[in-house]
Amino acid sequence: MGFLSATTSLTRYRVEGKLEDPVVDSVYSGLRPNTISDIDENVSENAAGWTSFREPFVPSFEGSNFCIGNYFLFSLRMDRKTIPSKVIQKYFAIEYAKKLKASGREFLSKNEKKMLKEHVISLLTLRIPATPNIYDLLWSYEDDSLWFFTNLKKPCEELETLFLTSFNLKLIRLFPYTMTEFFGGLTADEYETFINLAPTTLME
Amino acid sequence: MLDIAVAYNRYRFIGYEFLTWLWFAIERNPTLLQSPSGDSGSLSLGNRIVLENFTRDKTESITIKGDDPNVDAALLSLKNGALVTEINLVFKLNEQEWQFTLKGESFSITNLKTPQRGPVETLEDTEGAVLEQAFLLEQLLQYQDVLFNSFIHLRVSKEWGQTFIPEVKNWVSAP
Repeated sequence: MGFLSATTSLTRYRVEGKLEDPVVDSVYSGLRPNTISDIDENVSENAAGWTSFREPFVPSFEGSNFCIGNYFLFSLRMDRKTIPSKVIQKYFAIEYAKKLKASGREFLSKNEKKMLKEHVISLLTLRIPATPNIYDLLWSYEDDSLWFFTNLKKPCEELETLFLTSFNLKLIRLFPYTMTEFFGGLTADEYETFINLAPTTLME
Repeated sequence: MLDIAVAYNRYRFIGYEFLTWLWFAIERNPTLLQSPSGDSGSLSLGNRIVLENFTRDKTESITIKGDDPNVDAALLSLKNGALVTEINLVFKLNEQEWQFTLKGESFSITNLKTPQRGPVETLEDTEGAVLEQAFLLEQLLQYQDVLFNSFIHLRVSKEWGQTFIPEVKNWVSAP
């Protein structure tokens, strides 16, 4: 459900702060070191980082390909290796039997079993490719506005953290309170009333 | 400015009241949905409305679904103190149509269908499609902002308690 999908989801943010000029170079400098790294060939279970909108599996930000009109368009990619618990059980049982046979013992200690399980998970993590999830974002720098094309909690949290790390800019989610703060246009008296509001009851 | 997490929970009712106001305006007073420029298009109820009642010990929830939903149960729920927590809306402007679900507490938008765009066949087409999609989303979100602005000014005014609430009570009590 990306930016150009027929059906999409959207979370709105306000971007607090400004980048150094030239802005395009600052965005590139933020994206480049925080580009997602491939974890298929290593033991990491998770990875998250920026990727390009057009080629999310060959991340590159060369040629300012993240600039379209007045917008910056790129994506957050979150890769995760998920090993089904039954697969872990199966390979643990195989390795357990091998170890007993090799040592001539009848059982392993609790600590040995724990280490064996970690070993099995490491081996499987190397063999299983990561599942990628891609979430597009459109950043209107001039308007201090950013649209993130998902409502899922984890990607939103990852976005907020990675954005701050990459650009040193804070993202503030727009919901009823923040919408009122930033765009309500209330007078001081109206704002005072707003702050002290209590829920209305429509009950008869 | 308050702590964001505290403010999110403290003022989530504002979002529910906004959606309830929207539903009332759609059903009873569409003039409330016009932007100052007068070209705001039209808003109608889509295929889903969720109400929750927080006035009792346990939260009660009612979901009405369907292409032409019968909202009698929703009105009854409103009468018993529930508020709209999620609503699917159809926005029409200049023969174009957007459909989306808006959640009250977070203002997150789901199931968003924008008007049809031109086909994307080449790399150059992608850039055009991005700008077109951004424009389409901008139109919808600007309209949402205008509506919320109207609502929040009404909500902090005396008119809310003196006029709006009695009108809603009349609406839900009407046979």
